[in-house]
Amino acid sequence: MSEIAEALGHAGRLLAAFDSGVWEIVLLSLEVSCLAVALAVLCGFPLGAALALYAFPGRRTVVILANALMGLPPVVVGLTVYLVLSRSGPLGDLGLLFTPAAMVIAQWVLVTPIITALTRQVIEDLWEEYEDELRSLGSTRGQAIGTLLWEGRYRLMTAVLAGFGRAIAEVGAVLIVGGNIAHATRVMTTAIALETAKGELGLALGLGAVLLTLALSINAVAYLTRDLARA
Amino acid sequence: MHYSRTKKWMPALVLWLGVFASASAAERFITLASTTSTQASGLFDYLLPKFTEKTGVEVRVVAVGTGQALKLGEKGDADVLLVHDPAGEEKFVKQGYGVDRRLVMYNDFVIVGPAADPVHTKGGRDAVAAFKAIAQAKATFLSRGDDSGTHRQELRLWEAAGIDVKSASGTWYKELGAGMGAALNTAAGLDGYTMSDRATWLSFKNRARLMLLVEGDPKLYNQYSVILVNPDRHPEVKLDDARGFMDWLTSPAGQQAIGSFTVEGQVLFHPNAAGGGD
Repeated sequence: MSEIAEALGHAGRLLAAFDSGVWEIVLLSLEVSCLAVALAVLCGFPLGAALALYAFPGRRTVVILANALMGLPPVVVGLTVYLVLSRSGPLGDLGLLFTPAAMVIAQWVLVTPIITALTRQVIEDLWEEYEDELRSLGSTRGQAIGTLLWEGRYRLMTAVLAGFGRAIAEVGAVLIVGGNIAHATRVMTTAIALETAKGELGLALGLGAVLLTLALSINAVAYLTRDLARA
Repeated sequence: MHYSRTKKWMPALVLWLGVFASASAAERFITLASTTSTQASGLFDYLLPKFTEKTGVEVRVVAVGTGQALKLGEKGDADVLLVHDPAGEEKFVKQGYGVDRRLVMYNDFVIVGPAADPVHTKGGRDAVAAFKAIAQAKATFLSRGDDSGTHRQELRLWEAAGIDVKSASGTWYKELGAGMGAALNTAAGLDGYTMSDRATWLSFKNRARLMLLVEGDPKLYNQYSVILVNPDRHPEVKLDDARGFMDWLTSPAGQQAIGSFTVEGQVLFHPNAAGGGD
């Protein structure tokens, strides 16, 4: 119990004091995860919509694959991206290993299936709802994609938030490809792992509380934006 | 269509990613693969700013087990290694993965365990005898199990004690596959025995009922060395800055800095470079 009380104290102090070390970590976490989610949206929205609207051989397999990949273990992704970006790997010449860019790539791989699979579901449902209407307007499936994505924007926000939640919370992938380097690639989750290893459980849990606060704020802002936009 | 709007963001996103990658490449830095003990003890936070202040070269530390650090060096993903497994290091150099190995500092391993000490190892100086007693009583022992320098040393001690821990794995002998801090956390939680480097033990904050039981055996000696990743094999190794770091670490200034790092009044790493390297 005393550790939990200590953790809450730590979290409060960390936030209140605007500790520059902590803010550096918080900002990098946000930057990496937001960028990864943005890239995943760019791939996942069109891909998910295409899966929902077009019939092609092997479509069912791709859908099942996308659904299954939502459960990709972060360590496996981290290891794979590491092997690709390693100096001895195929993309080693880019020198991206142990940089934030490598962390973005790893999280993008993790998040894209989530956004693809959830988008497919949303668009499929909407297509069933609006198919007749859209067809009567002379709209083809291809032309309908944009309309459906726009109509489904509030539902798709859940997909984006699910992806963001996955990205900001994972530790396995960013630890391997980022290396948890102080002032370079240390993010919230790897910092928590490090403090735990030092036996600084209170501080670790305090950082956890900061992470939770961050996730809560982002979700609250997203929810309120939606309410405002609808009103 | 609304969708086309997102396409406009694409160049901006790609640019952002590019800036991200190049911003980190533009600064002058070297990558040091090292062990969890040197990081968790706080040595790097104390030591590295001194070097950066003097040279303007930032040292980026990737803290992993010695086995993984050697692997990173083998693949060319680090410029310099600071590790502690003399046998593994010699093999690494012999295979041509690293060059210019220099001794830097030493400390020692200690055996820690529950204060109740059911197998009565407390105050002992013989690590092998303590391991025998633990095995005989089947007292819970937490092994790093991560191919780190500490883990490799621990396995050598079991071998010296004539105990086959592989077959006991999962019973009283538990292989964690974790860093030193995590192993100490687990030992604290299970009231078990474990072997730690002294630095991590002294700076560890969650000891619960754990206490130091066995120390002072010459077999518990723990030597740290620095190795340059072979630039012939990996031309992207930042040779000058990496060598500069090795020179500083083994110079009187670097050695003095290592020796002045204390936790609770105790020196955690004793400098013992040959002076200027060999």
